[in-house]
Amino acid sequence: MDHDKDSTTGAGISMRATELVVAALLFVAGAVVVYDSYRLGSKWGSDGPQSGYFPFYIGLLICISSVINFAQALMTRRMAPEIFVAWGPFKLVLTVLIPAAVYVLGVKYIGIYLASAIYIALFMAWLGKYSWLRSIAVGVAVNVSFFLMFEVWFKVPLYKGDLDPLRFLGY
Amino acid sequence: MLELSALFHGFAVVLTPFNLLLMMIGIVLGVIIGVLPGLGGANGVAILLPLTFTMPPTSAIIMLSCIYWGALFGGAITSILFNIPGEPWSVATTFDGYPMAQQGRAGEALTAAFTSSFIGALVAVIMITFLAPLVAQFALQFGPPEFFSVYLLTFCSFIGMGKGSPFKTLAAMTLGFALAAVGMDTVTGQLRLIFGFTDLMRGFDFLIAVIGLFGIGEILLSMEEGLSFTGKTAKINPKVVFETWKKLPHYWLTSLRSCLIGCWMGITPGGATPASFMSYGVAKRVSKDGDKFGTGQIEGVIAPETAAHAAGTSALLPMLALGIPGSPTAAVLLGGLLIWGLQPGPLLFVEQKDFVWGLIASMYLGNLAGLIIVLTCVPLFAAILRIPFSIIAPVIIVICAIGAYTVHNAMLDIWFMLLFGVIGYVFKKLDYPLAPLVLALVLGDRAEDSFRQSMLISQGEVSVFFSNWLVGGITALSLVMLFWPLVSRLIARLRGA
Repeated sequence: MDHDKDSTTGAGISMRATELVVAALLFVAGAVVVYDSYRLGSKWGSDGPQSGYFPFYIGLLICISSVINFAQALMTRRMAPEIFVAWGPFKLVLTVLIPAAVYVLGVKYIGIYLASAIYIALFMAWLGKYSWLRSIAVGVAVNVSFFLMFEVWFKVPLYKGDLDPLRFLGY
Repeated sequence: MLELSALFHGFAVVLTPFNLLLMMIGIVLGVIIGVLPGLGGANGVAILLPLTFTMPPTSAIIMLSCIYWGALFGGAITSILFNIPGEPWSVATTFDGYPMAQQGRAGEALTAAFTSSFIGALVAVIMITFLAPLVAQFALQFGPPEFFSVYLLTFCSFIGMGKGSPFKTLAAMTLGFALAAVGMDTVTGQLRLIFGFTDLMRGFDFLIAVIGLFGIGEILLSMEEGLSFTGKTAKINPKVVFETWKKLPHYWLTSLRSCLIGCWMGITPGGATPASFMSYGVAKRVSKDGDKFGTGQIEGVIAPETAAHAAGTSALLPMLALGIPGSPTAAVLLGGLLIWGLQPGPLLFVEQKDFVWGLIASMYLGNLAGLIIVLTCVPLFAAILRIPFSIIAPVIIVICAIGAYTVHNAMLDIWFMLLFGVIGYVFKKLDYPLAPLVLALVLGDRAEDSFRQSMLISQGEVSVFFSNWLVGGITALSLVMLFWPLVSRLIARLRGA
């Protein structure tokens, strides 16, 4: 792959910046846990430890460890700045992630089966450069077999969507 | 020999046509899961778990544990033929397995890998058969402080024995505990950390986390690398198999050592991945052909495969005997027990004899069936990998979404799965370990309960964790594990002085 050579150096999102952001986000998460545990009561109640007793210390540990991780990321100076992900591969990751998010949104409205068929077909046609006929055939075939497996064989109903376009099938 | 009669009873439970059929289905599904990128033991079992809700628990665990064995076998196929480790624990197998395949010795490498996997698993199962009942019986006298100290030991060993930064392990683990605390507090009934979002009342299910972290995260990672499959063809015929089998007894010492490493790493929550690396490293150091490792030495395939399978299997020992899983996949199986209405822990051996011994018997049969299936069907499974990634990737994402939805029939869980996928991708790239996060998420409530009960017993005195020799010993051991990096440095310095 032509991305290989710039996978650890070169242009992209900096490793250090990612480390710092992740540590900061974890600190915020820890602070939220501490705050809510304190609100619920993190001390000793009349009948034993209160609801926030255990999570309070967990939140505190998240904060402490993320402060140390933050400091460590800040202190380490590397000869060549490492990168978290180069722009090329990052674009590839986004080409999976963004359609996946759209797909989940699609599931909400038109249900798992229809959204999955469209998603697989589009993914194949767009990223895999397959012909439309083949893409649609695979998308439909995979989902028909899922439908048979879940709805008919195992009797596990899957989400049909707010609009439920497959209502006419009677499942 | 109480264990043997119990074991034979277990075989009687397993040997029904229905259970044998499930076993076969489980193995085949497991190998497929192991071969596919993005689907592994932990999330494969998590996705299929909802399909077993209506089955009797014994049949369900047989199928799910067979998926696990299948996945363990499947990882070897991709690493030897394609130089792509389908599972993290088969990374070490690529070092010598792929060079062997390049030299046209793929059949030999595969036979060696499968056979040593089988031997590793067999030794681990024999150990489970005789050791697990003893551990369970011993653990029957455990009270809340003892249980909490065992949890403490599990988590402290993650921090002390982990390869990366201990503070990253701590951060990932405590994040798991915090996520486990979300939702209804089981003791007081208060709602925690939901900030008015009623959808969060159920809390975060660890199955969703497993599917997202390992499934979606893995797909994103593979996408970045831009997978190109250049596989070697696999030809296994009986002649190669028997010739390889003739060679294997020469390496009995390597096998034995790898079994021991694997069993130890499996019981302590080291897991299969570090076990395979450690075993490979030790074999390389000890072997007289050590400097030739990496060029296609059969020993370099035997060592990691034996250890990985021994570790993967023995991770079920603490899960069965104590209710504490030794690996993420064991954690998912433990989650299954809870869903089927079984209470994990030492009482399982007393109250659910059919279940426990059925499972143990199925480990013997499942691994034997697995060996036969993989030896005969390798070309079929290898063909799966030739399906282009642009077809496999969306199908796997769809399967993950279906798996996430079926856990609670909740649409919101699919969003959480995607979120966990991004977390998994970022954490993996930054060396935040995922296993402690998952284990903390599974054990969070139980650890908290035992902590609170201990505190109630002692009226808030932390000294309860040192109140007798047993709990004190485990707690002290936990502290040693926690500070192991410092302790080992101290020992090294004392020796030097």
